[in-house]
Amino acid sequence: MDWHILGQQIINGLTLGSIYGLIAIGYTMVYGIIGMINFAHGDVYMVSAYLMAITLAVIHFFGIDSVFFALLLTLAVTMALTGLYGWSIERVAYRPLRGSTRLAPLISAIGISLLLQNYVQISQGARVQGIPTLIEGTIRFGSGEDFVQIKYVQVLILVASLACMAGLSWLIGGTNLGRQCRAVQQDRKMAAILGVNTDRIISLVFVIGAVMAAVAGVLVTLNYGSFDFYVGFVTGIKAFTAAVLGGIGSLPGAMLGGLILGLLESLFSGFVNTDYKDVFSFAVLVGVLIFKPSGLLGRPEVEKV
Amino acid sequence: MSSSRPALLTVEGLTMRFGGIVANNDVNFTVDQGSITALIGPNGAGKTTVFNCVTGFYKATEGRIRLQTEAGEVEVGELLTRPVLGGSYLVARAGIARTFQNIRLFKEMTAVENLLVAQHQRLNRNLLAGTFDSAGFRAAEDEGIERAFHWLRVMNLLDDANKLAGSLPYGRQRRLEIARAMCTGPRLVCLDEPAAGLNPSETEELSELIRRLRGEHGVTVLLIEHDMGLVMGISEHIVVLDHGEVIADGGPAHIRSSPAVIAAYLGTETTEVTP
Repeated sequence: MDWHILGQQIINGLTLGSIYGLIAIGYTMVYGIIGMINFAHGDVYMVSAYLMAITLAVIHFFGIDSVFFALLLTLAVTMALTGLYGWSIERVAYRPLRGSTRLAPLISAIGISLLLQNYVQISQGARVQGIPTLIEGTIRFGSGEDFVQIKYVQVLILVASLACMAGLSWLIGGTNLGRQCRAVQQDRKMAAILGVNTDRIISLVFVIGAVMAAVAGVLVTLNYGSFDFYVGFVTGIKAFTAAVLGGIGSLPGAMLGGLILGLLESLFSGFVNTDYKDVFSFAVLVGVLIFKPSGLLGRPEVEKV
Repeated sequence: MSSSRPALLTVEGLTMRFGGIVANNDVNFTVDQGSITALIGPNGAGKTTVFNCVTGFYKATEGRIRLQTEAGEVEVGELLTRPVLGGSYLVARAGIARTFQNIRLFKEMTAVENLLVAQHQRLNRNLLAGTFDSAGFRAAEDEGIERAFHWLRVMNLLDDANKLAGSLPYGRQRRLEIARAMCTGPRLVCLDEPAAGLNPSETEELSELIRRLRGEHGVTVLLIEHDMGLVMGISEHIVVLDHGEVIADGGPAHIRSSPAVIAAYLGTETTEVTP
């Protein structure tokens, strides 16, 4: 057993997993509140990567040199614009279909997914795009050949996603707004009868999902530096897997599912085979669904009378 | 029904069809300000459908449901179909609250949280204020908690404040649902079979409670109930439905002696009803 490989893969896995977790939040919250899978969510994440790069270029154009300040501004602008995307998508593609069959918004979501991919491909080009490395440097443990290292940007990913998850847990668990979200999730019609504007709460959930995807988009782009119009697909499917693994509809489940999936994936690629890591992730999903169909933290679906 | 009190709710020509089934046909009645009005009738008479239309759960096929509010008169159907911003939540904001025959609490929230959700319209509605925890928001939140505990006290539920609603015994869930309806600050509260599943002493307690809601808290009550003891004991005005139509409308004494009502409930030889 190579302990340094194990340590390294755990660090990589946690970083990857927290990204999956952030994106999975969008899937799980939307499912929880209106019972649909938002297949366009992965592409919202992809759009956020482009928005991030564009914002960064604009900021650079105005001659802001401080990396810290530039990043903060980029993050804020990207979150806001991606949130706007999330809001508009719900307004245009899902709200008019509310009350129709369950399948209709699903198909509309696939349509939006294709629309976003093609719109980005046409407007930004099909080539792989990139941004320069902004945060350099690593912390290294150990010496010689056997070392474990964690990049500063990985530290940033871990800290930022933890902060987002903690903030969101507080928002949902401890505020008036979160209480309304939970009420709408448990019984939408009843919440409306009590005076909660359910359409507004549903919009809010889409915005929250998109904003979390934007944070993920900014962090991943900082880490890898490159992206194209198709990155949303695989990442989206992985995050969806994470949401199902943790129990779709459950917020802590999405975070836990993301971390577990990230860890399993990087441990598998570190010790077994890199090419088959996706096969392994999805095999785990199949296993979980066979033995615990509602996911790790999900509740079994109760028939409503 | 004789009373000099003004009508709070006026239902005119209410018709509700589900495909080919006519659940309500041309229902007309009024609920006077400050009264306790009961809606009775045999099973399947369309009582709950009337309730669902009045409280904005369904959009009536035809007819008008007018409610007097401080800001003037509103029509429930118009609130539901108002473009862009229309919806059931406007009916609650206009001052109609309800409970359900099969209890619909938020089972995975505590009793207090259930009551706080209901006060949404009174609490600070500003999203940013909520997010940044402003002083005004804090004050509104404290006020909300205070009101929630007030209603827990009235309903004798203080010990259950922090228990999950779904874990409470049946009778307490019923009372919590009434408390939640009251927390919306309604002018009219609609109770759908509030005594269903309660034992005689609990039913006695409930009728006392309904009287107090009207007497001390100034709310108008419209209820559906099968327990005739309760209905005759507390209501001033009774509307009887059968096969989706109003067959009698008046005070308890009038209803008790109405041949149409007796026929609907007990069934009689047709010669006796239609001479």
